[in-house]
Amino acid sequence: MNSMPGTPMPTVLVTGTSSDAHTWNLVYLQLLLEEWGHEVTNLGPCAPDDLVMGSAVELRPDLIVVSSVNGHGHQDGLRLVQVLRARPELVGTTIVIGGKLGTDGLRNVGQVRRLLAAGYDRVFDDGDVNAFRDMLARPPVRAVS
Amino acid sequence: MTQAPFGEFVAGARARGTLVVQPRMGFSDPGRMRQGLARTRAADAVTVGTLTLDSYTRVRDLDAARRALAEGVTLNGYPICTHPPETTRGVLDGIHDASFPVQVRHGSPRPEHIVAALLGLGLDATEGGPVSYCLPYSRTPLAEAVVCWRTACEMLAEHTGDGRVPHLESFGGCMLGQLCPPAVLVAVSVLEGLFFARHGLRSVSLSYAQQTSPQQDLEAVAALQRLAGELLGPIDWHVVLYAYMGVYPLSRGGGLNLLEAAARLAVTSGASRLIVKTAAEAHRIPTVADNVEALEAAARAAATATAPPPGPPAADSEVYAEARTLVHAVLDLHDDVGTALLTAFRRGLLDIPYCLHPDNAGRARSFIDHDGRLRWGDTGALPLGGAAVSAARKVTSADLLAALSRVRRAYDSGGTA
Repeated sequence: MNSMPGTPMPTVLVTGTSSDAHTWNLVYLQLLLEEWGHEVTNLGPCAPDDLVMGSAVELRPDLIVVSSVNGHGHQDGLRLVQVLRARPELVGTTIVIGGKLGTDGLRNVGQVRRLLAAGYDRVFDDGDVNAFRDMLARPPVRAVS
Repeated sequence: MTQAPFGEFVAGARARGTLVVQPRMGFSDPGRMRQGLARTRAADAVTVGTLTLDSYTRVRDLDAARRALAEGVTLNGYPICTHPPETTRGVLDGIHDASFPVQVRHGSPRPEHIVAALLGLGLDATEGGPVSYCLPYSRTPLAEAVVCWRTACEMLAEHTGDGRVPHLESFGGCMLGQLCPPAVLVAVSVLEGLFFARHGLRSVSLSYAQQTSPQQDLEAVAALQRLAGELLGPIDWHVVLYAYMGVYPLSRGGGLNLLEAAARLAVTSGASRLIVKTAAEAHRIPTVADNVEALEAAARAAATATAPPPGPPAADSEVYAEARTLVHAVLDLHDDVGTALLTAFRRGLLDIPYCLHPDNAGRARSFIDHDGRLRWGDTGALPLGGAAVSAARKVTSADLLAALSRVRRAYDSGGTA
């Protein structure tokens, strides 16, 4: 995916959740986003909510990507997005989450709905790179900034 | 409660020529946790039990653990600091005894609350380490983890005596689970084992996680044993092998084949204990039945393999040479192992490929060579001049995914590493 001339590519903040120690998902997402032309800041695993919020307020990324695979993604992701959306600077920022979000390996429609209601713009299934790329290619992400 | 010294139990099994097998198992519900321990104990294998803790307890977010229990949310492990002590005693009662030691596995860079809880329950075997539980799994500064782990070691060591011999296992053989060249895994395990011993532990284990080349894995476990023998002195120690810790096969057959390869590797390399993975690993947090199946499959596979002759292994391999160089480069920095580790990471003398922690230099890069061996693409500031066999090439996301899933692909298509 190449940038249109004169259109800066959206900047991205990649982060794990406060209780999630997994790293490879975050390394992979960083490489993928950089290949698509984005400038990426990677907070790594176990980023506390306040660190994600502080980094987002400081860096003002166009997109925040939350990735979780330890089974606590629903609870941690729900709490995190409430912290982020409470900041006026981040009200218009695109925020998405994806990965293995529950302990049972099943997609839970109710939990996805709660994540969306709490402030995520999209919730991605584990491994759904195509849907992720499609989102990056379309507004609102590209329109923001 | 009758004491069950963990190290003594493993040494006894080894003397009888039996591999000890152990699950990674933790459930937030006490009834299910008890059932898991009981069925581990009753499995057709020589087993030790595991209480794997949840992520909130690991990061010391005990409010979140308490809220989750109050709201009936399922956690990914057993919240040992949150369930009342009498509840956990009820989980262990009649199960944890001299014939069935139980180890607490957690992943915390700041483990004092966990160590206090397990000691209070009459348990004294756990695992981790100032490097292995900090760099891959947290944002805790390494200097803080070293201080916390010194305290944790001393808390455990204080409980030595009166039949009790607290046991601490280094998780250094894992370091992000995959793509870390074995010399670094061996070096970190040995250095953490030394750290534990210097802070009073009389019984330790050193770990190594199965990687991508069976031959290189054999060399690594031999190197680990030889360096431990050279450096640990007259304490009780053994080697524990972890079944593959990376991206696991999706297929049931592939998953079990990989586990059985790990069990045979454990025996042929001379390890004393194996921590299993289950056929369900790639899909969900394994159930009790998944774990029992894995323990029994591993024990059956181990029984078909032949242990090496007793005595120190002949370990003049590339892995031994590199690991020995790394260990001595670190130990030469300071008499205190913790201080030496901090300086080593600051200078990049130890460097974990792809680790995002702010205290990791992050200059070293690894790759899987054509023969399956993990090799250096870039040694950064590691004291391994000449060990990098290819010019540092930019790794793409596709390269990374291919390397991460190499073992899965091989085993899912019916092959082996």
